[in-house]
Formats: sequence, structure tokens, C-alpha cells
Amino acid sequence: MTLVYLEISDGKIKKSGFEALNFAHKLGEDVIAVAIGSIADTTLLAEAGKYGASRVVYIAQPEFENNTYASLLSAAASQLGSNTVVISGTYSGKAIAPRVAVKLQAAIISGVVDLPADNAFKKGVFSGKAFAFVQTNASKKVITLTPNSFNIEEIGTEVSVENMSFDNNSQTPLTKSIEKIKAGGKIPLTEAEVVVSAGRGMKGPENWGMIEELADLLGAATACSKPVSDMHWRSHNEHVGQTGITIKPNLYIAIGISGAIQHLAGVSSSKVIVAINKDPEAPFFKVADYGIVGDAFEVIPQLINAAKTLNKA
Amino acid sequence: MKILVCLSVVPDTTTKITFTDNDTKFNTTGVTWIMNPYDEMALTRALELTEQHTGSVTAITVGLADTEAVIRKALAVGATEAVRVNAAPIDAFQVASEIASYASTANFDLIFTGRESIDYNGGLVAGLLAEMLNLPSVNVVTKIDVNDSVAKLERDIDGGREVLECSLPLVLSAQKEFAEPRIPNMRGIMAARTKPLSIIEPAAANTITFAKFELPKAKQGVKMINADNAGALIELLHNEAKVI
Repeated sequence: MTLVYLEISDGKIKKSGFEALNFAHKLGEDVIAVAIGSIADTTLLAEAGKYGASRVVYIAQPEFENNTYASLLSAAASQLGSNTVVISGTYSGKAIAPRVAVKLQAAIISGVVDLPADNAFKKGVFSGKAFAFVQTNASKKVITLTPNSFNIEEIGTEVSVENMSFDNNSQTPLTKSIEKIKAGGKIPLTEAEVVVSAGRGMKGPENWGMIEELADLLGAATACSKPVSDMHWRSHNEHVGQTGITIKPNLYIAIGISGAIQHLAGVSSSKVIVAINKDPEAPFFKVADYGIVGDAFEVIPQLINAAKTLNKA
Repeated sequence: MKILVCLSVVPDTTTKITFTDNDTKFNTTGVTWIMNPYDEMALTRALELTEQHTGSVTAITVGLADTEAVIRKALAVGATEAVRVNAAPIDAFQVASEIASYASTANFDLIFTGRESIDYNGGLVAGLLAEMLNLPSVNVVTKIDVNDSVAKLERDIDGGREVLECSLPLVLSAQKEFAEPRIPNMRGIMAARTKPLSIIEPAAANTITFAKFELPKAKQGVKMINADNAGALIELLHNEAKVI
């Protein structure tokens, strides 16, 4: 039996949890979804059934703290008799997973991007420059998935939600949350299906209005290159690349970014890549599916107009 | 304040990645090895904290003798002492087990790692260490200040950031913005030669193996759109690529 951790965010199941359910379902064993957090309407969790869970378990625990969540998840795994635990590799998933692995004495494989073949799990290595096939002989496994690696399909129907609780529900958290500050962007970069990214070619932070407008029209998150983040034109949260965030959206539009190897490492798994650059020799064109050689300040307004027309249609 | 900083030695970010032995081994020919960038930020902040509060910084790595140039660099920028666990690192579990067994012999107030290594991208060592040592942990930390054995931290969370407090001792993983790395000066490089570097024999085993590698598939070729007709791109993305 495979256990899947469902992350609750703003009173809902995070999309990455559905991906994890689909993945776990395809591993072939029964799937039990375990949601930990705070949700006003627990019937919302029944939806997990649609994505592959045969049972859904809810453990109420208001404040996130990785040790508390890891304790609860491992206790649930032991009680339910699960040998495989699947966790989506969001920031909080990544904080819980290694602790769960130690508590369960399980092997841990992180950053998995595909279903296993010949008992080997495919994961990204060298920050997007390559993939590795990882094996383990351990009887228990914790697997973390790179978000946006799988299409989400509905494969079942809603199931009833069971409540579960453990003594350590009330244990004192080791860290204390003081304040949470939302980032400016409306769509979190790691979950975005479309990303509009810009580089030094934009000449200054004051010119980002048109990037944001285009992103809004396309329902996209905004991102940037390393120099842009280093010069503090944009927050480091937007920096994609080898020393920033690795993303794999359906569409990545790179504007005024030349395409240094370190940047490409972070975005090369995107399904469709568009490069817009005034330098026809920019390395980005070698990995792009669509390209425009031209000045960003002339190209973007045309894209904005075309996107407005499309949205009206 | 006693701080332990865990260092990983990785290929330089500009390295072109290739494999040998029927794609089962990373081709290290011509590779320049560097301190993992996130670990370097962790090391720098550790030095700043001990300069502010007094204390010591111990740098530890799990690696063979060829990692010593990077360890010496850690000493040259200001680490007090260094420890090398004499084993080729294979997986995060093995590395964390080695570091945990060393850390349990000394009372560190803080243990720093980088957010992840830029080669195998596990991002696991901080969490594994914390659990093995039964300590609190905070990952992807962008800021830390310490006052009277309480750390105030900022970390990235999905869709924003969080401010937290935690009593020492604690384990954290450093995210970009944690600190600006330092360049060693001649005095530091000279001093590093006489600073203690202990070598410990390994005891832990790995639990996973990297059986084979693969490079991403090459792209079909780029379709160019004239800049005077840039709007056509949107139509292609909608009708042909079907991504918007």
C-alpha cells in the first residue's frame, strides 16, 4: 500500500498533491491519501478519490512545523502498514520527507520526475542538465516528486474522509511561526503552467510593467535571470536557473535572456520554450521551440495586443 | 557560539555534463571542482555570526583527498577548523549519517548546510541530520540572526516567505541571499595551511545507487517568427503548441 501526503494550503488540497496521487496510483498498489493541516470543510478532501486514492485520512493539525508533520505522517504510515510514502517536493514537502525517511528507516529518493522503469526512479541531476536513474534495495521508500512532472488525470470517484489522531497531535512545535508574507506574484512560480521570464535586456526594473501585463494576460507567473536578481531588479524568489529555482512549466517565455548554461539548466525541462532576444546568436535560440529576433520593447506590446485579442475570442 | 558548516564539493556551474562507462558514471575529465554555492553562503554567514558573537566555525565534508583544496578554501576565508570524512559521497543518507555521528560528539549551537548541492540536487542532508540528531530544522533559509540562544529566521515558503523563531541548537539549509560569499586573501590562505584538518574514517553506507544517467533530449529546432509580426507567436502557442 502506498501512502500519499496531501498538503493543504489556504483550506484546499494543493494541486501537487493530485499529481502525487496519480503517480502513486500508477505504482500499482492501493493508495491512501493522508492530509495533515487545517481545513474547514473536510468533505473537500473526498476529491482525492478522483485522482487515485482508495481511502482518505485527515489529521487535524493547525500550524505547519516539519517535525510535527513528519511525526504524524510516519505514525500514519506505520499504523496503516505502508511501505512507500510519496510526497510532492514543495518547500514544505521537502522539509518533511527526510525526517519521515529516518523515522520509518526508509530509503529516500528525491526529485523524481517519472514513473519507475526496471525498478529505477528517474530524477533530475546537475540542476536540470541531466537525469539519473536511481535504485534502492530498501523495503521501505520515501519518494519526493518534482512538481509539474505529471499530467493530472481523473481516474476514480470521491471517497469518504476518515479522521485520524495521534497523541503527538498536541506536541509542542520545535519552531515558532511569527509571520507569513505573501510574494507579490499572483501565481507561485513552481506551480505555474506558463512562465514569462525576463533578463537584462529589459534594461531596468522600471520596465517590468509590460512583463507583468503579458504574464497577467497569459495567466502566467513572472520569473527572471540571475543578473536581474543579483542587481535586485526583482526578488530572488523569481530567479530561475542552476543557483535559483528549477521549473518545468508547459510554456516558458524568455525575454532578453541570452541563455547561459546555468540559466538553461533551470528551465530546459519546460515543455515549450520561446526565446525573444535582439541577438540572433543568443544561445537560448538553440533550445527554444519558437524564437523572435527583435527588440523586447517592440515585440512585447505586439504580444500583449495579440493576447488581449485571444482572451476576447 | 559553535557552528558546524557542511560542505559539498561540486562541478563548477559552467561545466558541460557528460557521462562515461555506458552512461553509468559522471565524466570528471577536465571538471573544475568548487564549493557548492549554497554551502559557501552558509559558511559566510557562519563566519559573520561568530565575528558578531564570538565562537568557532567547523567545516565538514564527506569526500576523498581530492576535496582538500575546497576545504582549505573554507579555512582560508576564516573557518576555525575542518573535518574530512574519508569516503566518496554516494547518497544523502550516507553523508548525513557520517556528519551526524561527528556532530553528536560535539555540542554545536548551529548546523548549516546549503539548500541543495548543485550536482545531485537531493536537498536532503539538513532534514536527515536534524532527524538523526533530534533537533529542530528550518529549510531554504534566507536570513538568520541570533539573540540569547534564540534564532530569528526567514525562509522561503511556497508563494512567499515566513519569519520564524527557534531556540538553539538547530539545523538549517541556506537559500540564496543568506550571505555574500567571501574571496580568500593571501593572509587567509597562509593561515589556512596551519589550521587543523582532521580526517575521520567512514562508518556509514549508502541506501540508494545511481545506476544510469541520461542527457535531456535535443530540441527539434526552433521556429522563427518575424519581429514585425510578433503577435503571430500568440496564435501559434494557442493553436499549434496548445499551451495557452
